[in-house]
Amino acid sequence: MTLDLSLLPEGGVPWLVASGDHADIVLSSRIRLARNVAGYAFGTRSPDGERLRVLAQVRAAVPRVRSLAESVAVRLDALTLVERQVLHERHLVSKELAGLEAPGEARSGAAVLVSHEAGVMVNEEDHLRLQVFRSGFDVAGAFAAAQRLDRELGAQVPYAFHPEFGFLTSCPTNTGTGMRASVLIHLPGLVLTQEIAKVLQGLQQMGLTYRGLYGEGSEVVGNFFQISNQTTLGRTEEELAEHLARVVKRVIEQEMEARRVLLRDAGYIIEDKLWRAYGTLRHARSLPADEAMNLLSGVRLAAGLQLLPGLSVYTLNKLLIFTQSAHLAFDAGRPLTESETNLARARYVREALANEAGLAG
Amino acid sequence: MLCDQCRERDAVLNLTQIVENAVTQLHLCEKCAAERGIETTVSMPKTALGDFLQAAQQQAAQIAGDAARCSFCGTSLRDFRASGRLGCAQCYGAFEHSLRDLLRRVHGSSKHVGLQYRPPAGTPPDRDTALDELRNRLQAAIRSEEFETAATLRDQIRTLE
Repeated sequence: MTLDLSLLPEGGVPWLVASGDHADIVLSSRIRLARNVAGYAFGTRSPDGERLRVLAQVRAAVPRVRSLAESVAVRLDALTLVERQVLHERHLVSKELAGLEAPGEARSGAAVLVSHEAGVMVNEEDHLRLQVFRSGFDVAGAFAAAQRLDRELGAQVPYAFHPEFGFLTSCPTNTGTGMRASVLIHLPGLVLTQEIAKVLQGLQQMGLTYRGLYGEGSEVVGNFFQISNQTTLGRTEEELAEHLARVVKRVIEQEMEARRVLLRDAGYIIEDKLWRAYGTLRHARSLPADEAMNLLSGVRLAAGLQLLPGLSVYTLNKLLIFTQSAHLAFDAGRPLTESETNLARARYVREALANEAGLAG
Repeated sequence: MLCDQCRERDAVLNLTQIVENAVTQLHLCEKCAAERGIETTVSMPKTALGDFLQAAQQQAAQIAGDAARCSFCGTSLRDFRASGRLGCAQCYGAFEHSLRDLLRRVHGSSKHVGLQYRPPAGTPPDRDTALDELRNRLQAAIRSEEFETAATLRDQIRTLE
């Protein structure tokens, strides 16, 4: 089986369209629910045969789950390494499910279902990881859709549940609601004004945590942060989602204030820095991943400040995901060396920016 | 017997005091004893040997606890401590006490207050599904002549039954 990305509804990344609130600051809002199917050992302990039965049971239920209407099922255990990386770069599967950690293979029965509305990872460390993305700042919208999917799927497939402990998960850090609510947020203003350490510290005091663009274990690059709830037990799902939304709203306000300060106190320095970032992206012949992320962060800030009229956030979102290494190798149809990847990345960025019409300057 | 001090709770210890050659007996409840700074839990003598014995006793308790295994998936408490991952839903019952403490430390609570879930109608109880799955595994183990695994599975089935 080979991966045909055109079969995935909206490529599996409808949130790239940047239609949501504050889409220039918040790329996406996400709700993830960890669930296990009753009667089987959890993913890491279950033998191959059991994982295949779990997958079969879930697939058989799909026609009766409205949130998964017209969904596409992708078997990760039938894909090449690059194809699995592509799905990971689109945030559709975790590193673990894609088998990107040693020994570098997806376990049998590992799969992902992708619909317009939602996605379900099957045979992760938990049997099911339900996830819903929304463009921009829309935790409430993602939460409502995730609850719908959970209700529909849970009515077909029996979940492992305990009256005292709640939904039972492989890792006790997910037990209870099994819910992780998160936003992917761009905070260059707070980084440039050196307020970020204080803000991040504040998040931790309020029971939230932060990570890099690709979640657990990933580095913070390009001023992109993933902010999520730290605990999953002892509070209701609504409380967890509302708490995250309330705190993130405050962070957005702080970021906007930092941007105002930057423009007021260092207007021409910022403007020069951002136009230089744009110039490099527009003309560079070779772009290493970290440099590209940092430059895209600058251009994203410029677009948010209305300094680069005509440059859409949608294009910037696409550049962020589609210039990741595996996407470039996938497009090339063969593995690329590091220098080939950097050349391909620069070419992709140049062409996308040249196509963007009505650009000032 | 009621506590001599509060006259509300049951006395749990007898305190013999000798003050200026007069012997007095006090019966105290746990709370009033604690207020007077008296330790009510049984404690080992504070000597080097006492410390050693206490440590050895705790260690023995931990080893016995660690060796406890989940009767469904075979995960032991030791496996869980090493990997940080539970093997199945039944592990939550098998390691209930340690888990409750752990969940409290991690989440500040061990009680789920969110969505209450009911499995779809007609779902057999967990134990039956678990037994079915163990019997499937037993058949597979016998077919592939893995007799040691088969023996373990047979024991697990007996425990559950």
